[in-house]
Amino acid sequence: MRSHEGKSRVVPPSPSVPAVEGACACTGACVKVISYRRVYARQQAAMPALTSAELDALRLSLEIALRSVVFSLPLAILVAYLLARSRFPGTLALDALVHLPLVLPPVAVGYLLLVSLDSRSAVGRWLLAHLGIELPFSAAGATLATAVMTFPLMVRAIRLALESVDRGLEAAARTLGAGPVDRFFSITLPLMLPGILAGLLTAFAAGLGQFGAVITFASNVPGVTRTLPLALYSAIQEPGGEAMAMRLAVLSITLGILGLVLAELLARRVYRLLGR
Amino acid sequence: MLRLSVLKRFEGFKLMAELEAPTPGVVALFGRSGCGKTTLVNIISGLLQPDEGRVELDGVTLTDTRSRIRVPVERRRIGYVFQDSRLFPHLGVLRNLRYGERRAPKEGRAVGLQEVLALLGLEPLLTRRPHQLSGGERQRVALGRALLSQPRLLLLDEPLAALDVARRDEVLPYLETLRDKLSIPMVFVSHQLEEVLRLATHVALMEAGHIIAFGTLGDISLRPEFRAIVGPEVVGAVIDGTVIQVDAERGMADVQLGRGILHISVPHAHAGARMRIQLLARDIILATEPPRGLSVRNALEGVITELTDDVGQAILVKVDIGAGAAVLARVTRNAMEALGLRVGMDLWVLVKAVSPRGHTYPASAQL
Repeated sequence: MRSHEGKSRVVPPSPSVPAVEGACACTGACVKVISYRRVYARQQAAMPALTSAELDALRLSLEIALRSVVFSLPLAILVAYLLARSRFPGTLALDALVHLPLVLPPVAVGYLLLVSLDSRSAVGRWLLAHLGIELPFSAAGATLATAVMTFPLMVRAIRLALESVDRGLEAAARTLGAGPVDRFFSITLPLMLPGILAGLLTAFAAGLGQFGAVITFASNVPGVTRTLPLALYSAIQEPGGEAMAMRLAVLSITLGILGLVLAELLARRVYRLLGR
Repeated sequence: MLRLSVLKRFEGFKLMAELEAPTPGVVALFGRSGCGKTTLVNIISGLLQPDEGRVELDGVTLTDTRSRIRVPVERRRIGYVFQDSRLFPHLGVLRNLRYGERRAPKEGRAVGLQEVLALLGLEPLLTRRPHQLSGGERQRVALGRALLSQPRLLLLDEPLAALDVARRDEVLPYLETLRDKLSIPMVFVSHQLEEVLRLATHVALMEAGHIIAFGTLGDISLRPEFRAIVGPEVVGAVIDGTVIQVDAERGMADVQLGRGILHISVPHAHAGARMRIQLLARDIILATEPPRGLSVRNALEGVITELTDDVGQAILVKVDIGAGAAVLARVTRNAMEALGLRVGMDLWVLVKAVSPRGHTYPASAQL
């Protein structure tokens, strides 16, 4: 970055913004840095107020990330349980499947979702006919793409928590008359709570920033699927969108820091509750 | 009656045990570390499934590999106090105590919360969390939690092993109280003779995966297998007697043992109480004539029933002192020859007033 900044200083004085953009179209980073420096100086005073489009993006990001973690949590707990505790032959395959989004390009995940769930696929047709749900180009689709992408993070955290639960305590609960389901909800689940919270927060934070899978599967529809990162991307693409891009970037950073602080406070509280 | 006959194989270890123990009663599984005591307890609880065999408690079959019966652990109603207490860290003391109680059948409850709180002195701990308790307090809470689940049998796996001596002495009296006040049958694992002396009514001696002897502590204390486990220093007969008379001022008591009476020093005894005394073989003196002019105050009349080789060149002499009781005395080979000791010979057993290790029990205790 520093070399770009240095270069920007020797750029001939006051070229029009579009010209700079055109000149540096090959490297996005270059565009960002130069526009940022020039525009920031000019519009610093007007910074704080968020436009309705920006607020929409913020609201959508929060909503989609929240929905995605809420819907995937029960499934993540189930999968973590299967991976940590059961020894059925498919464990390895399930493990690989769950972790696939971590190693695939996000765009590929979005594309696979599109191919398997759009209105031409069997599942897509069924969803549309019976539930009236059309996933591509909808907020529900963005939620699904986000959930798929953040699922491995959540499963990993929960699985670690489950593996650290002392089986001896579950055995003790058995001798006290607790059956399997009772035992899970009264002992195992509460003891996993720190891991579940960590998984939730990590997945939520990562969900806020999902880009490739979301834009590929759910597209970039303002007010419907245009979340913070998508809005940021669009702002960068648009001539004159630099101020908006800057504000969105600052917003994203603020959100991230808030999330981290909240996670830490919550974790401390839970650990105190568990007496560790 | 607790009846079991089980086989369990591990790599490099095989447990093959048979046991018939009366209920209620307190059975000590006694043996060296690694002899299979905990494995056996886990099989009784159901946490471990035997490869073959059956477990039956008071006529109810809990495990039978042949007829494929396996009552799940949670429906056996067998309380279990683990060595490491295993209190639930996310619940306070009261909710830990209540965990088993809430899941026990509503009818026919033997013990209530108030009774358990009083018996185990738990009242001051109720608002605490497990990590705020000392080791001894934790074991008391674990005991209370197991009791409140209304168990038909209570298993204790070295409940005092993780505690230092001071904490052990803090918890032991509570265990004695439970044995005397509640008639819940117990099986406890121990490799501490002290615990066995104070708690057990019956002893199952274990060695290398087998129960090699079972009987009352008095019987077992005379067996050679017991001697091998406890070591030569603490070999000695354990006899249950009755306190006849107490001299509180001098801390002395007269205790009926067999046909004779022993005048010994015991700090807290009261007339009528049962008293268990261990007479260490190394502390016993034998005399072929009635003793005179000795500081030893106690002379019990008896007859030699057995002479066996003991460690080194010593001889272990078993003397019947009447009413089914016997003592063991260790003498040198020289002494045996000089006195002409032989089976069937009448003699006197001399016991120093300060040497027996004694524990008292209420008259009602089922020893």
